Amino acid sequence: MTETATARPVPELTSGWRLAVRSFAQNRLAVLGVGIIVALVLFCFAGPHLYVTEQITVDPVSSLLPPDAAHPLGTDAQGFDVLGRIMRGGQASLQIGLFAALIATAIGTLYGTVAGLAGGVVDGVMMRVVDTLLSIPFLFIVLIAATRFSSTVLSLSLILGAFSWLAPARLVRAEVLSLRSRGFVAAATVMGATKLRIITRHLIPNALGVVIVNITFQVADAIIAVSLLGFLGFGLNYPDVEWGTQLSEGVSYLFEGAWWLIYPVGGCLVLVVMAFNFVGDALRDSIDVRLRRR
Amino acid sequence: MMAGDGEVLAVEGLSAGIRLRTSAVDAVNGVDLLLRKGETLGLVGESGSGKSMTGLSIMGLLPSGGHVAAGSIKLEGRELVGLPERQYRRIRGNEIAMIFQDPMTSLNPTKTIGEQVAEPIRLHLGASAGQARERALEMLALVGIARPAERLGSYPHELSGGLRQRVMIAMALSCEPKVLIADEPTTALDVTVQAQVLRLLHDLKDRLGMAMLLITHDMGVIARWADRVSVMYAGGIVESAPTRELFTGMRHPYTQALLACTPRLTQPRENTLYSIAGAPPDLLDPPAGCRFAARCAHATERCESEAPPLAATRPGHTLACWHPVDGPLDPATTPAQAPVPDTEQAGPVLDVDDLVKEYGGGRFALRGLKRSVKAVSGVSFAVEPGRTFGLVGESGCGKSTLAKMIVALEPPSSGSVTALGGKLNELRGRALRRHRRNLQMMFQDPLDALDPRMRIGAILREPFEAQGIGTAAEQLAAIRELLDEVGLPHSVLERYPHEFSGGQRQRIALARALALNPRVIVADEPVSALDVSVRSQVLNLMKRLQAKHGLTYVVISHDLTVVRYMADAVGVMYLGKLVEVGSSDDIYLRPAHPYTAGLLAAIPEPDPDAGDRIEIGSEMPSPYEPPSGCRFRTRCPRAQARCAEEEPQPRDFDPGHSAACHFPLREPQVTVRTG
Repeated sequence: MTETATARPVPELTSGWRLAVRSFAQNRLAVLGVGIIVALVLFCFAGPHLYVTEQITVDPVSSLLPPDAAHPLGTDAQGFDVLGRIMRGGQASLQIGLFAALIATAIGTLYGTVAGLAGGVVDGVMMRVVDTLLSIPFLFIVLIAATRFSSTVLSLSLILGAFSWLAPARLVRAEVLSLRSRGFVAAATVMGATKLRIITRHLIPNALGVVIVNITFQVADAIIAVSLLGFLGFGLNYPDVEWGTQLSEGVSYLFEGAWWLIYPVGGCLVLVVMAFNFVGDALRDSIDVRLRRR
Repeated sequence: MMAGDGEVLAVEGLSAGIRLRTSAVDAVNGVDLLLRKGETLGLVGESGSGKSMTGLSIMGLLPSGGHVAAGSIKLEGRELVGLPERQYRRIRGNEIAMIFQDPMTSLNPTKTIGEQVAEPIRLHLGASAGQARERALEMLALVGIARPAERLGSYPHELSGGLRQRVMIAMALSCEPKVLIADEPTTALDVTVQAQVLRLLHDLKDRLGMAMLLITHDMGVIARWADRVSVMYAGGIVESAPTRELFTGMRHPYTQALLACTPRLTQPRENTLYSIAGAPPDLLDPPAGCRFAARCAHATERCESEAPPLAATRPGHTLACWHPVDGPLDPATTPAQAPVPDTEQAGPVLDVDDLVKEYGGGRFALRGLKRSVKAVSGVSFAVEPGRTFGLVGESGCGKSTLAKMIVALEPPSSGSVTALGGKLNELRGRALRRHRRNLQMMFQDPLDALDPRMRIGAILREPFEAQGIGTAAEQLAAIRELLDEVGLPHSVLERYPHEFSGGQRQRIALARALALNPRVIVADEPVSALDVSVRSQVLNLMKRLQAKHGLTYVVISHDLTVVRYMADAVGVMYLGKLVEVGSSDDIYLRPAHPYTAGLLAAIPEPDPDAGDRIEIGSEMPSPYEPPSGCRFRTRCPRAQARCAEEEPQPRDFDPGHSAACHFPLREPQVTVRTG
């Protein structure tokens, strides 16, 4: 008699992703973060076409000029325009950050998924490998590797990516383990779904949120890491440059009052890392279904 | 108002809400309550009715964004609404104390029991550490904890659920409060422990002369332990009356319906369970008139437009309804259930033979001792086609593990499950997947069992895709048919699970389980996550579908009334063993095992005249080291030396009725079983 359960009136169709976008857009810091990232990407990649500067040939005559009308942010010791140099350095830093994060996430996700799914001894061994690698000083290995290979955008990305997949591997394994015990995975097993189907239809879509969030944090971490390498002198080779190398060169002239070599590039670095962290935090909140209201 | 005739706490016109980012929930709307010294007021309602919010408002502990919008709360004449936090702190825990549902989350895991019970004594009474310890000891003894001195140094995780709740009670009562608010104090506990804790609360209330506000969703608990009852629906009180009067002469249609929905042991199994159509209103946007109008059989236009005021119909009986009813619903008015057709007796469709499951300490047992949990220890039963086998037992008795082994989600350590002639643990790969069509499962928490990232359409399509059945168009036609069967509109296909209520989700889960046209459905606590009024809808639906499709059910529940309504044959589990098996009538009317009798006695019947019955003491021992001999002996009132030495074998009491006990409540049949 009461079999027709009247569906509660729901105002509109709400897809999971659309809801996530909406809750993301409500987070002001996240919108600010996206704005900063877009602005910086445009600045670094579109900027050089509008603001053309000489970045290959050294110009000793105009070295260490303070900011003026011709050079809004002054020039450095080699006479390169600093504003143009920040754009060029930013290209490398952002590229390396993104590549390294993608490599790390790809390796980590694969590794974590396999460990989480396999369970038992395989999982135990795989995770002890991660523990061991985590106990080796990261910088030490990266420095050795950096001296072995010529420093290009690709090689730096590979080196950083190869050493920062450990954290995402742990994260994804934990997520897979918790998803595996969920009722809908059991339900799929009971209806006769194959392992492959469960992985592709249930585990991956549900773990994707964690992975995406992790990528944003990884980008921020990789940008910092590559800057650190550059600062220590293991950055890109001349004439290429990234922000870390720029900072390191700037420090040499700090006592000559050349503040324009430090603050602009340092500011950019802080901004981009902060922006990626804002976006990551907001993504984590909006992707988590439990924090979402109907 | 002066505190006359023992009035301790008077709540008048209380309204409280929660502000959200873009909207506000009108959670409590004009609630009047009156607590007298030495009296228990029951506050009953379904989830989301605002009963917990009422309790938290009185405590001044509303969650963030929550605020008391109007009304007054007077403790012995002192106004509490708007009291500064500093003064409120002196009252909280001292004059008004509260017990919460889950004692594990309400106790601090890093502090010993002694410290936690002593804390309010030191805070409010200014006692020295030594005095507080003395008092804590006294309190632990008062709440019936054996050897309290040894327990003072224990941490919460070392205690069982029932003991933890006793510690919570000791903490709450340590300052001898005038008012005790118990918010679902036994919902997280097993039925045998629930009876112990409620009796304790009742005795302590009498001894200390407190006023108690007992908040619960369980009409059975109310009937037995409350002196007066207020029924809440969608944020407001709809009816208040002395308990007996409420149960025998209720006037509000909601009270009448709520009581009719509550399954009883005496429920005629042939009839459908009474259920209330629809779901409670959304409190983000409450209806203008009576909030129950949309689900009420007596509703008129006036109910839709004008909210009825709460007015006294007789001294002590208040009611908010334009069209009151008179007394309980006649159980005979519910229509008869379609009878389950007798299928050809081709032997059992499901045969469980000597199943054992032990969870080992793991191959990588680097940490600590290698101990194994004996979750299921030798369970056998068979189910005839088209019948329902019910499994009952307390939490941790192994019934869910058993369910998983029946649907081949877990491999058994030994023993076998034979379903439709196929031995599940001998089937592999494709053959097993193919065989799974016949064996489907319903899960306890439908939200967990539905993939949150899939639309309902994809969820219902999945069984067909997994088995490679039909084209897309055929699948869609089948899905639409399934939705009709479970009574959901076709528009749900585009929606996501989180957009539905619990009852609707369980219908979706049932539709998915039916998709492959299975012969057997294993339902693990199918309705325990649902409210009473929705519960009966789902149970009726399950029965109707069983009759239509000739389904065989294995229904697992800790709720004996649910199993009584659903099952033809019942097995009672205790610590991994089936202690008694028989027909529903054998188990419920003629139990032979003392554990079965104790379980039955512990059920709170929604009837204030149900007398006192024997209760089982203490709690289930650890499944790591089950007791020797009969596993129930540690709690059994009839246990003797022989029970510890020799494990009892099942003996027959009636045809198809057997129990494993040395000293049963009835004489067994003379023919002794071999083996």
